[in-house]
Amino acid sequence: MESNAEQILELKSIYYAYHNMEGETRALIDISFAMKEGEFVAIVGPSGCGKSTLLSIISGLLQPEKGLIKINGKYLRESTTNIGYMLQHDQLFEWRTIYHNVILGLEIQHMLTTKTKAKAHELLDTYGLKQFENARPSELSGGMRQRAALVRTLVLEPDILLLDEPFSALDYQTRLRVGDDIGQIIKKEHKTAILVTHDLSEAISLADRVIILTPRPATIQQTLPLIFDLEKDTPLNRRNAPEFKNYFNLIWKEINGNE
Amino acid sequence: MNELSVEQKKFLHIQKRHRRVVGVSRVLILLSFLFVWEFTANTGIIDSFIFSCPSKIALCFWELTTDRTIFVHIGVTLYETIISFFLVIGISILAAIALWFSRKLSEILDPYMVVLNSLPKSALAPLLIVWLGANQTTIIVAGMSVAIFGSILSLYTSFSSVDPEKIKLIYTLQGTRLHAMTKVVLPSSLPAIINIMKVNIGLCLVGVIIGEFLAARNGLGYLIIYSSQVFRCAGILISLLSFIFLF
Repeated sequence: MESNAEQILELKSIYYAYHNMEGETRALIDISFAMKEGEFVAIVGPSGCGKSTLLSIISGLLQPEKGLIKINGKYLRESTTNIGYMLQHDQLFEWRTIYHNVILGLEIQHMLTTKTKAKAHELLDTYGLKQFENARPSELSGGMRQRAALVRTLVLEPDILLLDEPFSALDYQTRLRVGDDIGQIIKKEHKTAILVTHDLSEAISLADRVIILTPRPATIQQTLPLIFDLEKDTPLNRRNAPEFKNYFNLIWKEINGNE
Repeated sequence: MNELSVEQKKFLHIQKRHRRVVGVSRVLILLSFLFVWEFTANTGIIDSFIFSCPSKIALCFWELTTDRTIFVHIGVTLYETIISFFLVIGISILAAIALWFSRKLSEILDPYMVVLNSLPKSALAPLLIVWLGANQTTIIVAGMSVAIFGSILSLYTSFSSVDPEKIKLIYTLQGTRLHAMTKVVLPSSLPAIINIMKVNIGLCLVGVIIGEFLAARNGLGYLIIYSSQVFRCAGILISLLSFIFLF
């Protein structure tokens, strides 16, 4: 095992339950795992099992009932590490242009400087959105909108990226392309990322490691490292590799074994 | 400009003719209505003392414009309506924001708002005169009372129907509830705010007229009451026409 110093994120027996007048629904039970810097982890599991809840807890939007989270060795509340969170839908605001949507986070965190503005322009240029800077979100295709949402997250220079089924709202072709796109962007920027998805092939094509959750209440059923013997390790190349099918069958059996 | 194709020209021609028919028909309806009114009044089919007639209205209007009293009445009513309108908008936006920030407050006040909103506001006007006196303040408050509770309720409804995922986005960008208000809730409620403003200007006018019926020495509401007391129906109708042209 790696030493603690290298671990950017550490979860120790996280418990969470939802409460309402009818009673409580346990969502997460004893979730523990750790991540190295630059690692890409996919979390898969049946829908409604608490995958998104887990991301909300890591990002600090929800407080776990038990357990602790450490980021770069510090407790989540004291940590100054930037966490970027990409939601299922792009949530671009129609009353703002693409550029102004992208700088929303900078605006909120009072980080609008000449430098960060230049960075926003540069990122938009890099990801092929330069000529749409002044367009409204509705003028963009689904894939472009998702890329704009990614730029909005990246411009804050997060050390950890949380992706909550960010491609599920796209049609199949766009999904493959944007998945490939965004996967490479994250690899290139050397970001630590957690992807939550119910699409197994998406998880296998993007991640270094897959964590399989059980149905609600979720516990970790298995952790599976993915090793591909490829010259150029891109999501699309992975889909054509012989290992892909094996991993798919393995995970499929794991998930459906307990039904 | 490109040369227009035959089909495009034909399309434009049909559109133009359509618009002309609509416009001409509108004017024709008005003119024939006025003509039938004037004709039936002159031949005694309807009683012109009770129903008045276009020529009498025109004459009365001429009198009122030459001694400038109509402009005074319109001006006073307009002034009172606009003051109460802006007060309603300002107060109801602030109140709705306060309700949005505190779920407890909104739940506590909800039944009171519903009851106050369903009160017959015209019944309040006599009370207001007793409380505030027969002056312009009473009239402005009467104008506000008609619009304000409904306006707060519908603004709050529109604030709380904002997509929660959009608010979650603000929190993921480390924003606070204040950011959620200024960056999401207010901008996305702008169409609703404009709609409420449109409804409110009419409601405020209704309230102001009710106030003027009871507590005024000028204004269109006063002109209506005065004209009806001296059986000059033309005066009432002129006041009504002034409303139509005002808004």
